[in-house]
Amino acid sequence: MKSSRAYLNRIFEFVIEKAIFLAGILSIVFVFLIFLFLIKEGFSLFRTYSIFSFLFGTKWYPISSPPQFGIVPLLLGSVAVTLGAILIAVPLGIGSAIYIAEIAPRWLREILKATVEFLAAIPSIVLGFIGLVTLAPLVKKLFHLPTGLTALSGSIMLAFMAMPTIVSMMEDAFTAVPKSYREGALALGATRWEMIRRVLLPASASGMLAAIMLGIGRVIGETMAVLMITGNAARIPTGLTQPVRTMTATIAAEMGEAVQGGNHYFALFAIGIVLFIITFLINVTASFLVRSQRK
Amino acid sequence: MIRLNPKMTEKIVFFLLLVATLVIVIPVMLITVMILTNGAGTLSWEFLTQPPRLGMRAGGIFPAIVGTVYLVFGTLCFALPVGILAAVYLSEYARDNWLTRLIDIAIINLAGVPSVVYGLFGLGLFVSFLNFGTSIIAGSLTLTIMSLPVIITASREALNSIPQSFREASLALGATRWQTVRRVVLPNALPGIMTGTILALSRAAGETAPILFTVAAFYLPSLPTSIFDQCMALPYHLYVISTQVPNIKPGIQYGTALVLISMVLVMNVVAVLIRTHFRKRKLW
Repeated sequence: MKSSRAYLNRIFEFVIEKAIFLAGILSIVFVFLIFLFLIKEGFSLFRTYSIFSFLFGTKWYPISSPPQFGIVPLLLGSVAVTLGAILIAVPLGIGSAIYIAEIAPRWLREILKATVEFLAAIPSIVLGFIGLVTLAPLVKKLFHLPTGLTALSGSIMLAFMAMPTIVSMMEDAFTAVPKSYREGALALGATRWEMIRRVLLPASASGMLAAIMLGIGRVIGETMAVLMITGNAARIPTGLTQPVRTMTATIAAEMGEAVQGGNHYFALFAIGIVLFIITFLINVTASFLVRSQRK
Repeated sequence: MIRLNPKMTEKIVFFLLLVATLVIVIPVMLITVMILTNGAGTLSWEFLTQPPRLGMRAGGIFPAIVGTVYLVFGTLCFALPVGILAAVYLSEYARDNWLTRLIDIAIINLAGVPSVVYGLFGLGLFVSFLNFGTSIIAGSLTLTIMSLPVIITASREALNSIPQSFREASLALGATRWQTVRRVVLPNALPGIMTGTILALSRAAGETAPILFTVAAFYLPSLPTSIFDQCMALPYHLYVISTQVPNIKPGIQYGTALVLISMVLVMNVVAVLIRTHFRKRKLW
């Protein structure tokens, strides 16, 4: 009796350990599956539409006849919005990360950190809605534009949304700098700012770069807020004050109308492949940078 | 050029850094106040318990609330067991080899995949290939995969923080590896796991892009009756009424935003409370 129970236990343990192993490698399986399904649907486009025209075509007219699926305007739309967002987010992010991590008194630091964490928790659809009713009219008025739904509004919005990622990752990078570095600088008579500029910032440079890269990843992948606020004109942008359309917004806006199994449907998956590859490269590079600082 | 002395430079720079911080923090506070003041007036028993009427220009948001609750619960059912087991593997079983490094890279990348790409994947795998159709189960599974990296990472940290001596004591008493995990390691790591899971779910509750093609219904006043039904969801409903419905009262939009943000916030607060509560009672 006792031995049969021990036997059952052994079987159970065997099964559960196999389940644990399966769950462990599931992340790899999912990354692989995501890529596989994007390829499976996306590459169907290239059976009837040349991959060259997709990658280098300058016109995205998915429902004209014949339809044109040139991704260049969408890619440039994403690039324009991302560049704008980075120009705003990097100086602000570095500045506030330094302030929160190194300068603010303890009580203020807790409040500031909680606020930034709260910003991270606000769903992007809510920020998109608020941007639509406040930021877009403001941009329209300030720059005397026919519409406030422009790349610039999107950039400001996205810079704001990337902030929690950038600030908290940079804080981590600062904390990873050994205490002796700071103490050494201060002992030599440096002011706190001189210590930050000459010791802390250089020592955490790769971690800061990783923070910026993850911020970029967040910005490129953001969908709903961008869809609502950038005006959705699939044209090649020539300036930040024009309406643009990003890759993510195109997928979100057009999938509902695309006929399943049609070229338009496949083309949206093909955009997905491009997005997946871009974010994959960004994330691998960023994690490499984080690791190199720890060493 | 005037040469500033170091003390003066420091004062000026610190002031500029404070300004940079305020540029981020003040809008967050303004947004919060704006949603609260404009949305609070709409909140009523009717708004929370009635379906939308008159082309969503009147009535409530009950089906959207229920839909989001179903989706969060569905995600919990799939993501929690898988997430815990995966974290147990990485923390208790995995050796430091190429496979573990590959898993690490995979988790980092899953965390960075754009949410709309998860939507595409859910559409391709769950809706079409597995033939679940646009349904709660397809949406929950899509959100599950999106939430896994957060849950795995948080659970793994919780497991790693358990002192090695706990495991050694259990193994020395003759317990097997799984018994040690089940009776000693997991119970002590539970608060950390719960915190991470709730945070991941709060993110899932607010996501729109992954549910756009996998579950969300534009307008569906009746409640879903099975996991293969479509349902409305709060984030998508907010998207619909702020971009697709002209001449709607702003109060309804702000009210919906307020309900969504409150749900997310309550989950966040619960997560933080669990963390601080158990940190005080830590056994080590």
